[in-house]
Amino acid sequence: MIHSVDLYSKNRIIKVVNILTTGEEMTKYNKSEAELEAIFQQKIDSEQKIEPKDWMPEAYRKNLIRQMSQHAHSEIIGMQPEGNFITRAPSLRRKTVLLSKVQDEGGHGLYLYSATETLGIERSELISALQSGQAKYASIFNYPAQTWGDMGAIGWLVDGAAIVNQVSLQRTSYGPYARGMIRICKEESFHQRQGYVIMMELAKGTPAQKQMAQDSLNRFYWPSLMMFGPHDSESAHSAKSMKWKIKRETNDDLRQKFIDQTAPQIAYLGLEHPDKDLVWNEEKGQHDSGEIDWEEFYAVINGNGHSNRQRIQHHVKAHEEGAWVRDAMSEYKQKKLQRKINAETAA
Amino acid sequence: MTSSTETVSKQDIIDYSARLGDDAIVIGHRLSEWVSRAPFIEEDVALGNVALDFFGHARMYYTHAAQLSNEQNGTDDITEDDFAYLRDERQFQNHLLHELHKGDFAYTTARQLLIDVYNKYFLEQLEKSNDETLAAIAVKASKETKYHCRRSKDWTLRLGDGSSESHKRMQLALNDIWGYSHELFELDDLEQRLVDAGIAVDCTLLKADWLKEVTAIIEEATLTVPDQEWAVRGGRQGYHTEHLGHLLTEMQFVHRSFPGAKW
Ligand SMILES: [Fe+2]
Ligand SMILES: [Fe+2]
Repeated sequence: MIHSVDLYSKNRIIKVVNILTTGEEMTKYNKSEAELEAIFQQKIDSEQKIEPKDWMPEAYRKNLIRQMSQHAHSEIIGMQPEGNFITRAPSLRRKTVLLSKVQDEGGHGLYLYSATETLGIERSELISALQSGQAKYASIFNYPAQTWGDMGAIGWLVDGAAIVNQVSLQRTSYGPYARGMIRICKEESFHQRQGYVIMMELAKGTPAQKQMAQDSLNRFYWPSLMMFGPHDSESAHSAKSMKWKIKRETNDDLRQKFIDQTAPQIAYLGLEHPDKDLVWNEEKGQHDSGEIDWEEFYAVINGNGHSNRQRIQHHVKAHEEGAWVRDAMSEYKQKKLQRKINAETAA
Repeated sequence: MTSSTETVSKQDIIDYSARLGDDAIVIGHRLSEWVSRAPFIEEDVALGNVALDFFGHARMYYTHAAQLSNEQNGTDDITEDDFAYLRDERQFQNHLLHELHKGDFAYTTARQLLIDVYNKYFLEQLEKSNDETLAAIAVKASKETKYHCRRSKDWTLRLGDGSSESHKRMQLALNDIWGYSHELFELDDLEQRLVDAGIAVDCTLLKADWLKEVTAIIEEATLTVPDQEWAVRGGRQGYHTEHLGHLLTEMQFVHRSFPGAKW
């Protein structure tokens, strides 16, 4: 149980108290659902943002809740693989940079939960959905972080891929989400840089360090391409999301951007590219690349990654161990309130 | 703090700065263990923040020790990391209270209360040190420490005066760690020399203010100041509990696996 409302108010963007049902909306706006939907789509087509108080189709709201909460969960679950190396960071400078980075991700999670709450759902409900497995988080975090090089690869590639996606989402149609992305993107570029700096230090370091960098690149390159999701032809949510401008660019287009931006970065490090089929296609002005192992992608999503169970169990354990703290907070608050009332009545 | 620095050696200041660094890195490590394990996300972030402050303090103290070491040895390659990563358990001189295990949230809160209030009074005095670098570090660290104190007080009140469960856990935690607080107020020969030279803080003089403030908070939180006579000491002499070895093993493992590597 989470005592959410007062605790989280600092990070709350707008709390919509009255989410109206479609029926109530129709009465309120004195319009039919078809008319409301036409107005809504027209707003989207003319690049106006949808705000929490606006009418929106139920499916749009649901789709957003799914995507935004998945994004929030990814920030939070993503704290684990990197958090796992804070105590082992090999220099004090890297330790402080990594800790700041992981903290930022916690902040992103908070911010995104608050933005999702503007759609009329509580953080506690979102967290239960995560813990029950009903809601997803980015499958990349089901890969284990084994070496210090993985801190480099995660910051550089995983945050790098996330940025490509999030930059595109700065233009998403839902106002609170779009604004959240703008704010979050500013910090993400620092995350990617810190990862790349780790890789640069390793790549120009001792042979053992260079080997470590190559190994991390090899393990994280393909999974980071998978972060963009299945091919457009296979993607369940794509068409509607594009029409509503929740998504602004397709999975394959975003992935291509990432492949193109990453290739010269790998070359600069002097590391071997993990994709042996990668070639520059002059005509298209982009790289042709090898095929992703989709079997692995679905296997990991479906629970066969090294860390799927661990990530959720870790989250549940922390949540359960914190229950008495959250309870104590609300009891304390209650007591204080009661004392104030008592004092006022006495006076 | 008045007299001259002639009676103390550079090595004395190096050792003193390093032990202050040890306190900071060790408690920072313990706090950082909370990240992704806190009772709610705001606390993951807040505990991470406090840990970062301590890491920052550790780096300033170690860097000072490293610079003095370079001056002393005519070298330029001794760094903060040599102090954090290449010294063993017997060489670390942090107070024992800092190294005790992470514990539950009550344990962390109780320990932070004792440490944060201590640091507040300690840094106030260190600001007057004849060693300009230490004085400057103290000015910077004081600001953050005031915030830490507020946080620790607020949490002590919430947990002590919260639910019966949280009250019980807080009292147990205080009882568990109280005996480690005494050595915070003791001087060894090194510190005595540095006190005489106006460089180190005479921590024996901090006890009264510390006890008064800590007692007031504990009592306001409806908790009881433990009156046990037991006291464990030895941190400043490298005589540690078994907790520290594990902490250092984890902290130093990657660094030591690649001798001479840069990160
Ligand atoms: Fe993030
Ligand atoms: Fe990030």
